[in-house]
Amino acid sequence: MTTTDPIIDEQLYSILEQVSDPEIPVLSILEMGVVRSAQLIDSIVQVVITPTYSGCPAMDVIGDDIKKILKEHGYDAKVKLVLSPAWTTDWITKKGRQALLKYGIAPPLEADADKDVLLGGKKLVGCPQCGSTNTKMVSQFGSTACKAFFQCEDCLEPFDYFKCLK
Amino acid sequence: MQNENLYNYILGVADNSLILGQRMGELCGHGPSLETDIACTNVSLDLFGQVRSYFQYAAEIAGEEKTEDDIAFLRREREYKNVLLVEQPNTDFAFTIVRQFLFDVYHLLFLQELQNSKDDTLKAIAKKSIKEVSYHERFSSDWVVRLGDGTEESKERIQNAVTNLWSYTDELFHQTEADKTMVEAEIGVDVTTLKEAYYSKVTSVLEKATIEIPESKWFQKGGKKGVHTEHLGYLLADMQYMQRTYPGMEW
Repeated sequence: MTTTDPIIDEQLYSILEQVSDPEIPVLSILEMGVVRSAQLIDSIVQVVITPTYSGCPAMDVIGDDIKKILKEHGYDAKVKLVLSPAWTTDWITKKGRQALLKYGIAPPLEADADKDVLLGGKKLVGCPQCGSTNTKMVSQFGSTACKAFFQCEDCLEPFDYFKCLK
Repeated sequence: MQNENLYNYILGVADNSLILGQRMGELCGHGPSLETDIACTNVSLDLFGQVRSYFQYAAEIAGEEKTEDDIAFLRREREYKNVLLVEQPNTDFAFTIVRQFLFDVYHLLFLQELQNSKDDTLKAIAKKSIKEVSYHERFSSDWVVRLGDGTEESKERIQNAVTNLWSYTDELFHQTEADKTMVEAEIGVDVTTLKEAYYSKVTSVLEKATIEIPESKWFQKGGKKGVHTEHLGYLLADMQYMQRTYPGMEW
């Protein structure tokens, strides 16, 4: 994973940690794996971010939020958007996965399991409310591009599942 | 323009996604059910996202302060190089989903090849898009099977859509002049090589859906040269309205 680990200057970490994805407010952009690097170069912070999905409407807001918060801490920043290497759900940190679950979004499974769930209708996704895996997919597309829509057949609660993207 | 062939090539690729994205976006608030409504508009959003990446790159190549919005909104009908398939209207949900399916199968095969492009930007866009388009293909294939092998009425409608849209499939594999130069430069995809895999995949899904493959060997063409069906003009009038009415406006 060394090649895909983000490079973030230590003093910037705690600042950037305060920026969240506007569509999933419990998750910081660092936990999402959206920030690929943030380095102070010649007194300007150079931030490189990558979109989760090409059409993710949150990217413009995230870019603005990064600049705003860095300004509040006395830094000028430049934000660059890159497509390569393409974002994958593997970059969501362990802490991020727990935050998703706590928020009511089932975190992504492994690629094979994800395929079994979305195509084969296997019951592998755990309900964030009651923990039961007796769940069914209602739709492959949910409230945002990165999620599918599920329902728990035990507690009957509907919930979002964060689709695996590799 | 220094690299006109590359510019035209990118537009040819991206226009398909732009026009199909607009068609799917028309269903926003008008889908047959809440879930399919959301799914169609999510597909639209993915396509527009991909188009933005292509057009930003094209604008860079064009120079002269051209922007992605100029390319998307300020061309005339004849300057759009999308295939005729994607501009066909949302007659009913069967048409919408069959049109999507017939394009998705091609789109996925195309992106798999574009990943090997010698152009780093196109390669990156392909690698990013392919993950999204895999979901599109699953979604549309699932619906073709579900409706084709569904009730008497849903089967009839899917069969009708397949029969009607079939004549637009061959154009996907026609090479333009820009295509040829870009294939030679190992930047573009040789679409003629995708044909066999395409029809084999399409046939296997349609067989599963108990839908008959049309026998007609007569095919429509023209979109890639800018000669469109009557439907594109109406679509563009709608899509370009804001930029034409309030030039230079930004979101």
